[in-house]
Parts: sequence; structure tokens; C-alpha cells
Amino acid sequence: MQFMLLFSRQGKLRLQKWYVPLSDKEKKKITRELVQTVLARKPKMCSFLEWRDLKVVYKRYASLYFCCAIEDQDNELITLEIIHRYVELLDKYFGSVCELDIIFNFEKAYFILDEFLLGGEAQETSKKNVLKAIEQADLLQENIDFQMRLFAGSRDTAQRTGGNWTDINMVHIIIHLPPTSFICQLLYVADNNSNSPLSTLNFTVTHTHTQLCLCFLPLFRDKQCSTVWLISC
Amino acid sequence: MPAVSKGDGMRGLAVFISDIRNCKSKEAEIKRINKELANIRSKFKGDKALDGYSKKKYVCKLLFIFLLGHDIDFGHMEAVNLLSSNKYTEKQIGYLFISVLVNSNSELIRLINNAIKNDLSSRNPTFMCLALHCIANVGSREMAEAFASEIPRILVAGDTMDSVKQSAALCLLRLYKTSPDLVLMGEWTSRVVHLLNDQHMGVVTAAISLITCLSQKNPDEFKTCVSLAVSRLSRIVSSASTDLQDYTYYFVPAPWLSCKLLRLLQCYPPPEDGAVKGRLVECLETILNKAQEPPKSKKVQHSNAKNAILFEAISLIIHYDSEPNLLVRACNQLGQFLQHRETNLRYLALESMCTLASSEFSHEAVKTHIETVINALKTERDVSVRQRAADLLYAMCDRSNAKQIVAEMLSYLETADYSIREEMVLKVAILAEKYAVDYSWYVDTILNLIRIAGDYVSEEVWYRVIQIVINRDDVQGYAAKTVFEALQAPACHENMVKVGGYILGEFGNLIAGDPRSSPLVQFNLLHSKFHLCSVPTRALLLSAYIKFINLFPETKATIQEVLRCDSQIRNSDVELQQRAVEYLKLSSIASTDVLATVLEEMPPFPERESSILAKLKKKKGPGAVSVTELEDSKREGGELNGGSDRGPDTAAMAASNASTPSPSADLLGIRSSAPVGAAPTSAGSLLVDVFSEAGPAAPSAAVNDDGFLSSAPPSEDPAPPLSEADELLNKFVCKNNGVLFENQLLQIGIKSEYRQNLGRMYLFYGNKTSVQFASFTTTVSCPGELQSHILFPQLNVQTKAVEPLVEGGAQIQQVLNIECLTDFSEAPLLNIKFRYGGALQNLTLKLPVTINKFFQPTEMASHDFFQRWKQLSQPAQEAQKIFKANHSMDTEVLKAKLLGLGTALLDDVDPNPENYVCAGVIQTKGQQVGCLLRLEPNAQAQMYRLTLRCSKDSVSRRLCELLAEQF
Repeated sequence: MQFMLLFSRQGKLRLQKWYVPLSDKEKKKITRELVQTVLARKPKMCSFLEWRDLKVVYKRYASLYFCCAIEDQDNELITLEIIHRYVELLDKYFGSVCELDIIFNFEKAYFILDEFLLGGEAQETSKKNVLKAIEQADLLQENIDFQMRLFAGSRDTAQRTGGNWTDINMVHIIIHLPPTSFICQLLYVADNNSNSPLSTLNFTVTHTHTQLCLCFLPLFRDKQCSTVWLISC
Repeated sequence: MPAVSKGDGMRGLAVFISDIRNCKSKEAEIKRINKELANIRSKFKGDKALDGYSKKKYVCKLLFIFLLGHDIDFGHMEAVNLLSSNKYTEKQIGYLFISVLVNSNSELIRLINNAIKNDLSSRNPTFMCLALHCIANVGSREMAEAFASEIPRILVAGDTMDSVKQSAALCLLRLYKTSPDLVLMGEWTSRVVHLLNDQHMGVVTAAISLITCLSQKNPDEFKTCVSLAVSRLSRIVSSASTDLQDYTYYFVPAPWLSCKLLRLLQCYPPPEDGAVKGRLVECLETILNKAQEPPKSKKVQHSNAKNAILFEAISLIIHYDSEPNLLVRACNQLGQFLQHRETNLRYLALESMCTLASSEFSHEAVKTHIETVINALKTERDVSVRQRAADLLYAMCDRSNAKQIVAEMLSYLETADYSIREEMVLKVAILAEKYAVDYSWYVDTILNLIRIAGDYVSEEVWYRVIQIVINRDDVQGYAAKTVFEALQAPACHENMVKVGGYILGEFGNLIAGDPRSSPLVQFNLLHSKFHLCSVPTRALLLSAYIKFINLFPETKATIQEVLRCDSQIRNSDVELQQRAVEYLKLSSIASTDVLATVLEEMPPFPERESSILAKLKKKKGPGAVSVTELEDSKREGGELNGGSDRGPDTAAMAASNASTPSPSADLLGIRSSAPVGAAPTSAGSLLVDVFSEAGPAAPSAAVNDDGFLSSAPPSEDPAPPLSEADELLNKFVCKNNGVLFENQLLQIGIKSEYRQNLGRMYLFYGNKTSVQFASFTTTVSCPGELQSHILFPQLNVQTKAVEPLVEGGAQIQQVLNIECLTDFSEAPLLNIKFRYGGALQNLTLKLPVTINKFFQPTEMASHDFFQRWKQLSQPAQEAQKIFKANHSMDTEVLKAKLLGLGTALLDDVDPNPENYVCAGVIQTKGQQVGCLLRLEPNAQAQMYRLTLRCSKDSVSRRLCELLAEQF
């Protein structure tokens, strides 16, 4: 395989992986041409086309096009399934993957691709093994750095970065842990640095493999806090 | 923001990405990026040492900015620093940055290589893999120099972890591809080959790519891999679909590995060892047999994986070209695929059959499919498939079917896509020449070619027909007669004029006996085209005229007069002027003998390879035309007296068109720059779109509860849907046709029809003003598209672009094809933009596509109804609403509405005759959802109670919401 491109229905590039050395200018030119060519094709057309001296294999998943350029002797159908397996990997990792996952976690999308394909060839085709490699890496991170960072759903960026959390209705924390039972205690760090533990929390827990996802119901109302730390599990 | 964010979420990064997405213009985006760059630069330069996390975050932001298409000229050093972090994610981001933004700054390369070296020797497998991935991604010569000797050792060492071996194998492959001179396998060769025996399938999968590449370059050193590959393949092929656990893909055991093994075998001739060969043939037969078995799954992935192996096996069979039995079986299998409903398979079958056609064993078998292939050429809707069909016809053509194939290709040319016409013309020309027994047929064909696709007939083609006519006495008279007839057409292509001028100039005398084509008639005919032609053609015609003077002295006076007129003798084109002057002088001073000698008939052209074939080869790139074909053409060319690379024009006449680009060159130029489609072309501006495309992410906490998007600012809308949009939607729940929208400028009418899970909607845009609407564009998007599951989208809406101009008072139509893939609650949005008197109008409407449109009514008796009602008794399956009547409670009106809903209105079911019950099934691509409805009106209180029970809870809720607004 010479390269793989992911782009949206609107022609926006979401991921690019090049397995042959090309200058940035060439890459941009190829991308532009190919995106145009593929988007102009109608839905029932075949997934393969001759393009320059390469074969292009593409498939659309919802709003995203996955597009690979392969060489003359490469197998088109198996490339189509390379694409599908990659989509499955993304799906499994993110849990119902959507385009936004790939936009916001672009680095993860690259890491997963690297575990699956290397130098344009399949490195590991077992879904389980690829995910194991990625999740091991995620776990490795947890052991070293246990600090949780919080994504708060606020209506506007300024408030999210600042100290005012009053508008938060719901917070997600994702924890990668050996999936056994655990108790979670939360502290909030107020602006005045007085650390006082919060009262018992109501939350729902959902299992997805080694991650646990907690949903906090209105929790930080009327609290002024800047960082939330997970201190014990 | 996705609902799930993985472990090391970098909040600053997420905020930045979301800021960029909220930018309303390219300028705003650039401003935001510049601000961020300044911030990062100051952080990197600041006195305070950054912690690893911050460094990682900033490096990641730089990477994001780069991937958006902006230049990044700093941060490399910080990324290199991250490489030596002992925190995995920091190291990982560092490596990612380096992989994407390699800079051949020598100082940095040394540092990077140092970090890689440390990680490679760390004995920590995850770190080793990261380092190897980086080498494989960068693959520079410097890295090859540093690591090419180290990696083979890692690859074959006994204590290396499997995952590291996999990375090492492919890393080595990448280095070998960039710097083959630096990767010396030497002593490792046999151990690398033996990786094919490794217990770990992943290791074999990775190693085989390396072995295949090395085998292509040094087949002898690696030839032991053949028997190993055969035994591995045999084990996979004979394994049950569950034997290989996670390496089984949709019931197909190890499809990737199988394909690669078959690919590797194609680097070698058939195995000499009888036992190995027998085993391999057995494998190939098993693969062919499996193709006939019923599929183990209906999923396309199953059939794709299975057929991928099959096609690779067929490639190997063709490569060996020694097993007639297998070749014929392969051909029959491909014949089945030719009529498969999957376009992809038809495409590949046509392609693969093309190579089968060149084998002596299967050529005849391929020919039996001629009708199917011709049909494909005529009926396939995809140009790339038609192209493959044309290729195959070309490949299967021989003396027995040439006339049929050439006729079909000619008739296809009349409607062929512009993109493939030139190639088709070349092919027709080659076939006509190669298989011509009867030269009048050949001449007819080429003249037809010029008539049908004159613009695509390159110089080579018409040179060639002239070469052949000149070299063959028996066809000259016929050729003269035919071109004379062809030139009678009121509008004939310039290439026809060239051929006509040339041939009549040489052989016009052969038809001059007939008074209908007397010399003067011939001349007048040619000259009637003169003024419409380009300079090179006019030059050619002038030469033809002087030849006429020699052939037919009676035309001399007329022609001299023509040459003498100002438009010739004073022509501003030097070449034309010179010819006119010289020919005029020659005709007036030279004696008949001198004239006859100077203007003698052209001598035969020396035999050479057909220039057309050379052109086709050039067009298709090396390898496209097989060697046998070349030899063939030489052999067959002999019969034709061959040809010349020189064009007859240049040979016969003063070189006149050297500086004038040939028409074919023109065409090529146009072709290569022509835009392929009308796709949005804002590539490069990766961001501006971010809000426009996100479309109106209709705020709905139910859809994503992570809060990031549900509270997303409304700036994501191109133009917020009109406030009455929901009202509009409600208006169309129970009906399919009507006026969707109207203001002072524009009226939009709608007609729609639905069947099963498919719908077709006609939109009529009427310009109510007397002024033209310019740049009229419409786009349809599904809300929440970005957040929707990419494997399982909800709705699929296809449409074609509309004409950009709508004249005053005119109406244009647009057709939307809608496919319901699974149940949905948000209606698709229609955005309309146009310019009216300079002002940009922009509006967004909800298209009235609601889930009930996909209802199929179900009639059932009272008993059945209640039984089903009871079955749907889970609390979530029921949705109920009590509401005040907004409209008339008249029975007939209610009935009409309920029928318009798409369900069956059931009589005599409910004990209370005042109540209404309905039943229907909602058809989606993935599933069918049964729905039961009960509506209880209370006329006194002017209230209703509506109850819905559906087999899917989301459908109950949605229908209840929709219907509550209707009564």
C-alpha cells in the first residue's frame, strides 16, 4: 500500500498515512485530486479505480471515506477488508466510533493504524491482538500517571477553563483500570485550595472492556473548583 | 467531543480542536492558529521548564496544526525530548510527531537515532515497537544506515517477543524498499525464511511481506520459501473456519496470510518437487471448490475475504500457465462473476479474465463469454467497469471474432465516456489492423472511427491508415472511393479531411473515371472544407492540390487560380504562403515530366512496429501490453507491410506542423486538466468547513450526553433552521406532497413516494421573481452525521447537484433518493444558497422525512392485534401521551390523517368504536419494526390519549412525539 486517506463527505481530510516518501506539495496535490475523484463517484459504483499508475480502493462508512492506494500486483478485495478491519478496530476502541472521535483523538487513530499496518503492510490482523497492544499501552500510562483529567461539558470554552463550574450538568470520567470492583472517592480542589472531599456520589457505571465510564449527575453545582482529582480507587 | 475519551485525554488539545471547529471563517481559523503558535512558542522559549505533560500537549497541538495543512517550523526539539521520556504516552506522541514531520536536519536525526537506539536496546517490548514503528514510518536513508544491520538481529533472535518481531519484519521491509543496498540479509536469510513456520500467525503475516519483497529481488537465495509457503497454505486452506481463532475473518481462515502466501508463490515458477506441486495444486483446487460452496455468512466481508483468496489463487494459476484444467476452471469461475450482482466482483472478473485471455490454454474458454462482456460494455453504469470490459474485449480478440468486437467497440464509442475514448480509438485501430484480412474492412473501420470519434483520433491513427493504403495496391481504389463518399457529409471531422486530402491526392485518379467523382468534383469537394480547417490541414490540402495538377492536368487552371488568390499567396502564415507561392510557381514553370517526377506517388513505407501500439503502450505504462502481444503484432504486421514512425504527412510534404500542436496533443492537455467532478474543492482549507459541515448539530442531550457537543454553540449551523422548521416537518407527517416553503423569492414544492425502506423525493424550486438566481446550490445533510456511528449510519440521502442558474419565473427540479438504514429521529436538513441581485440568500429547512414514511400497513384481526399488543409489554416499548386537541376531532379527518401516516387503520378491533387502532411495520435496511397504535379521543374534554407500542423503544418514543402534534 502506498498511502491511506480518510476524508469526509465534504472533502475534509481526517487522517493521512503515507508509506512512500513524497514531498508535502505532492501529498497535498494527490490528496486534492483523489478526494475530488472519489467524491464525484456515485454510490453504486465499484470500489476500485485506476488512478495514475496505482489502483485506488475506497469505501464509504457513513460520512467518512476510507481510501487506499495500492500497487498493480496488490489484491483489491483484501485491501477493502483491510479498510473494514481498521474501521472495526476504531469502532471497538472508541466504542461506536463516529467521525468526531477521529477528529478529537486523531493521535489514537494513528496509533491504532500503526499497530495494524506498518510500512503499508498488514502487521497484525487479529483484532484482539491489536487492541491488546493499544490497551496495554493505555494501561502503562495509567500506572505511571494516575491523574485523571476531566472533560466537563460546559456551554462555552471560557467557563470550562476557568473556575466557574456552576453550569455543569454532567461530567464524564473515563478510567482505565484492571476491571475489578472499585470504590471511587473524589476531591475537588477549590480556588481557595481547601481540599474537602465531596459527599457520596451518585453515578452510573458502564463497562466497556477495561475502561469504566462514570456519569456524574449534577455534582458541581454552586462549587468553585478548577481541577478534580481522582484520589483513590 | 466523543462520548468516550481515552485515558490520557489532553484537555487543552480538545479545547483547541473545538475552538478551531468553531471558527467561522478561514481567517478566524488562521488567527486562532497563529495565536496558538505564538503561545506554544513562548512556552517552549520560556524560562520555566515545561513538564512532560505540557510538552506532550503542545507537541500534539503542533501536530494537529500541521495536519490541517499549515507549516510548522519549530517544536522538533521538544518532540525529540519527549522521545527520551519514560512515560509511554509522551514518548508515543514524540514518535508520532517525528514520524509525520521528519526534518532532515542532521543534528536532529542524530538525536532521534540516539533515542531510537536507546529504546531498541531497552528490552521493553512496547518501547522497542514504538522505535521500530518510527523507523518504518520515516524510512529515511539515515535511519537505514544506522539500523539496517541491527534490525535483522532483533527479527531472528530467539528471545524477541512476537509483537516486536512483527514490527521488525515490516520495519526491515520499509528500509529495504528505500535503501536496498544497505539491507544485507546474508547469514540471516535462512532464519528469516523459517519465520514462515512460526507458530504465531501474526509473525508469519508480517514476515511474509518481507520475504515476498526479498524474493522478488533475490529469488535464488530465498527459494526454500516455496515449499514452506505451500505447506503453510495447505494447512490454512484445509483448516476449519474456527481453527485459527482470531485469525479467522468472517468465517474465512486467515485471508490476509493466504493472499500473501499465494502472492509469494507468484515470485517463482511452479515447484519442481512433485510432492510440493501436488500439494499446491490440491490447495488451488480446494480454493476453487470453496467458491462453489454456499456462503457461510451473508456479510459482504465474508464473500470479499473468500474471493480475495480466490482471485489471488487465479493469479497464481495464470502465472504458472501450465495447468490447463485449472485455467479453464478459473475461467469458468470468473465467468460466473461476470454476471454477479456485486459491481466489485464484475470489475475484478473482467480484469482477471484479461490476463487469462493471453494464455493459450484458456483463450478459447474466455472467448465463450464474449456476449456477456459486450453486454457489460453496453449496460454497466460505472465507467471503470466499462473500461475493464473494453480491455477484455481487446484481449480476447482474435481473427475469429475481430469483426464483431470491432463493430461493438465502434458502436460503443458513440456514447463512450470522454475519459476512455482516446484509448478505445487506439484499440479499435490496432485490432482493425491486426486482424484485417480484408483491407476494405480495415479502411471502413478507420474511417468510421474518424467519423464517430474524430477528436480522439490521434495522428498515429490516421498516419497508419495512410501507410497501409500506400503499401497495399489492392485497397487504394476502395480507399479513394470511400473517403470521397465520407467527405460528402456536410460536417466532417478535420482528421477526415486530412485522410481524404492525402488519399485523393495520391489515388484520386483511381476514381476519376466516374463522372460523379470527376477530378473537378473531387477538388471542389476538398476545397469546400479548406476554409474550416486548421493551418496544418490547409498545408496538407495545398500539397494535395499540387498533386491534383499532376494527376489531372485539366484542373490546373482552377487550382492555380485558387493558389493565386490573396488569401493563399499572401497568407499571414508563413508555411501556407510559402507552399502557395512555391506550388504556383512549380505548376507554371515545370514541364509535365518534371512535375510527374517531383509529384510521383509515394513509395511504400518501410516496415516498422506499429506506431499506434507504441502509443497505447505508452499510455498504459510499461507492462500493460504483454511481450507476446508485441511479437504477435510484429508477425501480423508483416502481412500489412508494416509501417513507419514517420507520419506520411511529414514524409510526403515539407514538414509543416512541427510547431503546431497536434489535435491529439491538445486533447491530452484538456483531458489532464479537466476536473473530474463537481466535488467541493475547498481542499487545503481543512478547517473552514469544520462548522459548515458539522451541519446543524441539532442540540439534543439525548444523542450525546457528554455535554461537549450538545451544548455546542449554534455557530455550527450554516444557517440555523428556520424557527418554523418543526412546524413544517409536522405538516408533512401525514402527507407526502405540498408546498414545503415559500417566501417572496422562492417557493419549494415537494412530492415524495416511499416503498419499503426506500424513498424518492422530488423538490421543485420555483423562482418567484423576474430576476435570475445565481450560484444556486443545495446541500442535504443528516444532522448529527459527525456523531453518528460510522459503521451504522441512520439515513442515506443521495442527490445530484442542481443547475446553478435559476431564471426568473423558472422552476427547477431535484431528485433525492433516500434510504432508511435504521430508525432515526432527526430529519435531514436541506440548505439552499443562492444569489439574488448580489445578496447571498441562505436558508436551511428540515426535509419532511420522518420515520413513519417507511411504514408498511399491516391488516390484522382483533385477536391478533391484542395478542401482539400483549407481546409488546415491556415498559420501554410503550410510549403514551395525553394531549389537548389542536385540530378538528372530526372522524373523517382523523381517519384520513391516520391513513396518511402509512399504517393500516383497523376496524372492529377496539371494543370502543370511538377509538382508533392502527398497525404497521417500519421497514429499515437493517430490521423491521412492528408498531401498534391506539388513539382514544375524548370529545367532551377535547383531549386525546395516544398509545404506541413498537418492537423498538426508540421508535415508540419518536412516533409518539411526531403524532402528538398531528391531532
